[in-house]
Amino acid sequence: MPLLEVQNLTVEFPTRRGVLRALDGISFDINAGEVLGVVGESGAGKSLTGAAIIGLLEPPGRVAGGQILLNGSRIDNLSRDKLRPIRGKQIGAIFQDPLTTLNPLYSVGRQLVETIQTHLKLSDRDARERAVQWLEEVGIPAARQRIDAYPHEFSGGMRQRVVIALALCAEPRLVIADEPTTALDVSIQAQIIALLRGLTRDHGTSVMLVTHDMGVIAETADRVAVMYAGRIAEIGPVRDVVKHPAHPYTEGLMGSIPSLEHRVERLRQIDGAMPRLTAIPRGCAFNPRCPKVFDRCRNDRPELMEAGVTRAACWLYARGAAHV
Amino acid sequence: MSEIVLDAVEVSRDFDVSKPWLQRVVSREPKRTLRAVDNVSFAISRGTTLSLVGESGCGKSTVARLAVGLYAPSGGEIRFEGQPLSAARAQAALRRRMNMIFQDPYASLNPRWRVRDIVAEPIRAFGLLTARDAITARVGELLTQVGLAPADGEKYPHEFSGGQRQRISIARALSSEPEFLVCDEPTSALDVSVQAQILNLMRDLQQRLGLTYLFISHNLAVVRHMSDRLGVMYLGRIVELGPGEDVFRTPRHPYTRLLLDAIPDLDMVGKSRTPVGGEVPSPIDPPSGCTFHPRCPLANDRCRREKPAHTKHGNVLVACHAVEEGRTA
Amino acid sequence: MNAVARFIDSDFLYSFRRSPVAIISALVALVCVFGAILSPWIAPHDPFDLASLSLMDSFKPPAFMADGENAYLLGTDDQGRDLLSGIMYGTRISLFVGVLAIGFALAVGITVGLVAGYMGGTVDAVLMRIADVQLTFPAILIALLVDGVVRAVLPREFHEKIEIYVLVFAIGIARWPQFARTVRGSTLVERGREYVMAAQVIGLSRARIMISHILPNVLGPVLVIATLNLGLAILDEATLSFLGVGLPPTQPSLGTLIRIGNDFLFSGEWWVTIFPGIALALMVLSINLLGDWLRDALNPRLR
Repeated sequence: MPLLEVQNLTVEFPTRRGVLRALDGISFDINAGEVLGVVGESGAGKSLTGAAIIGLLEPPGRVAGGQILLNGSRIDNLSRDKLRPIRGKQIGAIFQDPLTTLNPLYSVGRQLVETIQTHLKLSDRDARERAVQWLEEVGIPAARQRIDAYPHEFSGGMRQRVVIALALCAEPRLVIADEPTTALDVSIQAQIIALLRGLTRDHGTSVMLVTHDMGVIAETADRVAVMYAGRIAEIGPVRDVVKHPAHPYTEGLMGSIPSLEHRVERLRQIDGAMPRLTAIPRGCAFNPRCPKVFDRCRNDRPELMEAGVTRAACWLYARGAAHV
Repeated sequence: MSEIVLDAVEVSRDFDVSKPWLQRVVSREPKRTLRAVDNVSFAISRGTTLSLVGESGCGKSTVARLAVGLYAPSGGEIRFEGQPLSAARAQAALRRRMNMIFQDPYASLNPRWRVRDIVAEPIRAFGLLTARDAITARVGELLTQVGLAPADGEKYPHEFSGGQRQRISIARALSSEPEFLVCDEPTSALDVSVQAQILNLMRDLQQRLGLTYLFISHNLAVVRHMSDRLGVMYLGRIVELGPGEDVFRTPRHPYTRLLLDAIPDLDMVGKSRTPVGGEVPSPIDPPSGCTFHPRCPLANDRCRREKPAHTKHGNVLVACHAVEEGRTA
Repeated sequence: MNAVARFIDSDFLYSFRRSPVAIISALVALVCVFGAILSPWIAPHDPFDLASLSLMDSFKPPAFMADGENAYLLGTDDQGRDLLSGIMYGTRISLFVGVLAIGFALAVGITVGLVAGYMGGTVDAVLMRIADVQLTFPAILIALLVDGVVRAVLPREFHEKIEIYVLVFAIGIARWPQFARTVRGSTLVERGREYVMAAQVIGLSRARIMISHILPNVLGPVLVIATLNLGLAILDEATLSFLGVGLPPTQPSLGTLIRIGNDFLFSGEWWVTIFPGIALALMVLSINLLGDWLRDALNPRLR
């Protein structure tokens, strides 16, 4: 049984101009110990997916359909009080900006100890000892001396390490990391990615890694889900999605990334922009920009279907399609 | 060698980061300055792109602003077409020939102005055209050139997506008919597929109009795609400067190598690597000698004491004692 | 879409229609404003027409009381003037002073704020310290002081004619620092934005950048504060008039009416002071509530 199952998840935002569907029936699993990357451009719904899973949708956003199962039991219909112990203990969260996650008024030690004691039955001394261990584990030099320092006394990279310690210290089964390296400089990004990957592997933690950076996904994830306009366009093993994308959107996305290895005269570009939620086209949401569009794409909405090794929401792969 | 458009000679720029006067006097603190750009020299030939790349705080955006005269250098000199920049900027005819494209497409367009007025502003400011119809026609032409429709001029910036706004920003920059454009992180706020559109557009325009670019970015892959020549900056200094291909094929400075190694890349699927430790120190209180020595695997005593000068290796200038001495470990 | 259709469809109007407080206070404010502006035409009597006044009519109680007359809906004062008409004319004067004073304060405050915020450095420090010092005194004290100085300086025969402008000047001077501070704050934010840099790159003058680029972007918050301050300025005027240094009884504002009526409060003729008081309270309250709503409606973070 997968650790996390998301089935047909739909998230809506009621506005005065009608209900906007920000996530439209997305389904995926995350297995124990697996890193699932979720990529997409801004507005594709990738962060929203993470927020929906940990029950932190900003109102008026609401889960309007589908279900989310953790260890086989539903967590999408739990009350706030019942969800709170799951957050932290079962699901940890790492956000883009470490400054918003850490409370500037408390020392990092106090925040760690508080989190540990909320979820694990430990004495003050043991909890503090555990906090020091975690700081050491995330690579804070002289952790024992710095445990009583305040967040502003750490540099950006060190702060993000503290955030990771905070997310992992209750030993959750799943961590949702939303753009964990975007605010960091490139040379530090690599350190943080390596750290996150190593720690989750050691502790057998599953990770849902949300980012717009394909490079980060390529290096970190086992599988990847590519999102477009509130739906999953393609999902599959990271190597296959990156090297042999099936969905025309994924293909265009990969081609548009400039490479360090070789220089090209022109980058491949997908013309146009992702539609706004108020104007999602009929049929496949990508059809107005798709180079391989045909009649069916304009009328029917494709679900995920087998496309070689990966699964893609594209009519090219429908049984009996003559266009492959 | 072809004609030099912009020429920076040993340019430095200091910023006053002292506390307010009263506070300083009361607590008897000295004035403090931050050297954002330290002794930087480069030249850009007509029709080519020089890129400056580096992490936050390396001074690349300060160089961009120095290059269009938004800041005056604290030391050294910048020349535009052979004239000192301040003198060149005093003449509208020369000032018109340089312009700038910005990073944040949401802050670079005045939200209260219609797009047609935004694009026409340089035309009006320099008096390039005066008749209403002529300006309207020119704005329509510029919008078409960047892939928008002339009718888009009637709208306000908030009606456009990030990529479209960046096109408007480019149209505005082009409207003074410049030859030299400073591009300060023009795509770092954009999604990758939109980034590709903008980068392609900028290359097309460069070829069609013979533009010269100073291109600032933190993204090495983007820089590789765009540049003829490349400068790598660290804490206010250019540590390596040379033709893009040479720098990418055989990076010499340890920092350039670190950067190239650190970047997550599509081709790295499943591979693991050993990331380099440490972070960029504060430019207010930079390390002695070579400022990179605390993070450098090749550092020795000389690196801690002595600032390295640039030495030439093939077509590439490198500021590193280890490279100069041929030390490799 | 034309401008009217766009306005009808806007979020702004939508949030207005959904706020009962905003609608009611807008209605009350509109009644006050129109009643005031149109008073020469719609008021039942002309309180300045000495010919129609008769001491016989003095201290008539409101129409709903036993001795009341329907001709004097809210009763009359000690000189037999119709109170309702007096209130309408008084509101007109109060509004006139308030609006002009705030307009004056806005002009000074916006100019100072823009210059201080954009130029920075010493100019900023000097201008803002002046504002700070002034902010440590209550506005009414500044207004009293300015009013007193102007009266002392100007020859007596001018007083009657220009008294109203002296009041405008005094209240305006007392209220500019708040506008200056707000504009300066917004200017500091806008100055760092890239569209300002784009204007600097093409070499526009500072004045032109301040006026055509920064000004339109800093007006929003300051206009909200202006609405809230309008209520306060009207109160300033009423206070000054109540203290007897404002408008003379020949040009009675609401404050003057309240002061006159105050003398008779304990002799039983309560209506002479209570009704102008209620009118003043209603108008200021509705303006303030409207200002509060405006502030919330224009704040994107609260939406």
